[in-house]
Amino acid sequence: MITYLEAIREAQARALADDPRVYIYGQDVGAFGGAFKATKNLAQEFPGRVLDSPISEDAMVGSAIGAAIEGMRPIIEMQFADFSTVGFNQIVNHAATLHWRTNVPCPITIRLPSGGTAGAGPFHSQSMEALYAHYPGLIVMTPATVEDAYSMLLEAVAIDDPVIFCEHKYLYYHLKADALPTEAMPTGKARIARAGRDATIVTYSAMVHESLACAEELALEGWEIEVIDLRTIKPLDTDTVLASVARTGRLLAVGEAFPWGGVTAEILARVATEGFGLLDAPPMRLNAKDTPVPYHPNLWGTHRPTAKTISARMRDLLRL
Amino acid sequence: MLQTTEVPSPLAEPSAFRQTFFAAYRWMLLARLLEEKIASLYRGGKIIGGVFLGRGQEALSVAVGMALQKGDIFAPLIRDQAGRLAFGESLLDCTRTYMGSRLGPMRGRDGNVHRGRPREGMFAMISHLGAMIPAVVGALLARRFRGVTGTVGATCLGDGATSTGAFHEGLNMAAVEKLPLIVVVANNQYAYSTPNARQFACEDLVDKAVGYGVTGHRLDATDLETCLRVLNKAVANARDGGGPQLVVASLLRLAGHGEHDDAHYIDDRLRESRLGLDCLKVAEQRLLAEGWADESALHGLENNAQRQIDEAVATTLREPAPDPNVEDWCALATRHLSESSHAE
Ligand SMILES: Cc1ncc(C[n+]2csc(CCOP(=O)(O)OP(=O)(O)O)c2C)c(N)n1
Ligand SMILES: [Mg+2]
Repeated sequence: MITYLEAIREAQARALADDPRVYIYGQDVGAFGGAFKATKNLAQEFPGRVLDSPISEDAMVGSAIGAAIEGMRPIIEMQFADFSTVGFNQIVNHAATLHWRTNVPCPITIRLPSGGTAGAGPFHSQSMEALYAHYPGLIVMTPATVEDAYSMLLEAVAIDDPVIFCEHKYLYYHLKADALPTEAMPTGKARIARAGRDATIVTYSAMVHESLACAEELALEGWEIEVIDLRTIKPLDTDTVLASVARTGRLLAVGEAFPWGGVTAEILARVATEGFGLLDAPPMRLNAKDTPVPYHPNLWGTHRPTAKTISARMRDLLRL
Repeated sequence: MLQTTEVPSPLAEPSAFRQTFFAAYRWMLLARLLEEKIASLYRGGKIIGGVFLGRGQEALSVAVGMALQKGDIFAPLIRDQAGRLAFGESLLDCTRTYMGSRLGPMRGRDGNVHRGRPREGMFAMISHLGAMIPAVVGALLARRFRGVTGTVGATCLGDGATSTGAFHEGLNMAAVEKLPLIVVVANNQYAYSTPNARQFACEDLVDKAVGYGVTGHRLDATDLETCLRVLNKAVANARDGGGPQLVVASLLRLAGHGEHDDAHYIDDRLRESRLGLDCLKVAEQRLLAEGWADESALHGLENNAQRQIDEAVATTLREPAPDPNVEDWCALATRHLSESSHAE
């Protein structure tokens, strides 16, 4: 058995082994193996290539850009996704624009331990994917499975553009697979995580699992819910989404991030503009609430969507 | 610009000094025992999330809290339980925040060390290290605009947080504006697992003071008297118009980064060095050696502190947890502009 977290470690080990241009830079990633142990033993296995950085997110990203210009393929670990805002300027203004302005690619991977866990509070829980997806020039990955955590991270390192790799902390230990994958779906392609014909849930990351639980629950009531795992939110596989909505006629987009704008809004906008005629009911979405992520588990459990609230919203949709 | 411990002390008067020392020791003891209780509640599953202790850093922290006065601004960080108490934070603010009580200052919305009462001068830290410095700078600027004089602002951080842009920008800005800011760096030699050698390359962090054009102070923070003297001096300097003060204290954290961490990476030689001394024990020995307290008096203090803590915890345990159904899910002060019901 291998966990989602171990898959991330294994992907980095493989990237380091396969490509001398790869190095890892982040707080406590060296001998300590990272705050979550995503780089466990890598500093020992790859001497000089897994380095502890000062607490300087701005410079961590900025230095990765410079190294990429010189031909390296840096992996930057943010200790938590939330702290990437300190490196925001370098990410969105420098890394994201470099190729467009200069024709020089910027192959950096920035790993963001993302999403909520009980008791983590407003600054160790955020889902930042929409923020980065907004900027032209960035690729944003949001793996929901152990297999994707592994293969997409390898792909992220191989891609010639800056990739924001949003790995979900809740999945780190909760998710296990029998083995690492030997083949992978292409980047930018969504996956039908569960087939159905009555309604479509489009989602990504940890919410894939809440949505699958919802589909399971509604199956007991005779409904067949299709669940689409976007895998990358930028690019967003609109074709797979539209094809599913064409089959089901009903759409619910689910995300763990804040509600304003964001991935679910983007999905609804695309389906409404490109597939309006496919819809048998108004499209719906479900997000976290429009407040910072609360600390107390009671509040946190209500702030973000869960299988229960997704099912409730889905029942509303099926009644329309 | 470097000022060391020889400076004449406002605590020169022996009986006043003895009282201050004794009061500081009591806060340290209360903080230590409170944190031990918090840690045991965490192990017992009564606290969810993280627990971050200031064990070994109480002397420094308490000296900051005690050097400040009512009306000053204090932006503590993760290892400042002692300073918080000395500045006036109640035990209940701590226990309620850790346990997420609806009645605490953070109402279950934020937890553990992320607490404060900004209107009472106690800022509520965000996690992003360094971020509190510019906020205190702004508060001091506001006081200047409003013609408030005689107050200062202090904020604490670790060696690791000196690597942030916010540290540089905040300290530089305070220096340009010559504001009464005291920045206290608890140099506990590690930032989580990262040793100083991977954090900065200057010989001594206090050397940074020269670069910013501010007064620097360096001290051994395992000794309470030193902490009290240096912090008093730094705060007095700032209050008297001396501009920003950078205080760099050497010590060791005698706990994990958080209670989840065994701190195996801390060098044994450091643990065995002077820095590894437990400031609480050192202060206790001083009290006994000077004859300012005897064993039974210390025992009494401990019982008293323990009783206060048990009371605060018992009260908090009886209090309601936040109820998502009655929770006010509105992040705006301008309520009518909130659109939460549409968006989620
Ligand atoms: C901007 C930012 N990056 C990363 C973190 C994660 N983090 C929390 S505490 C910590 C280490 C802090 O070390 P130091 O400043 O020396 O304080 P100490 O814990 O030693 O008291 C890190 C990296 C953070 N809180 N803020
Ligand atoms: Mg430190």
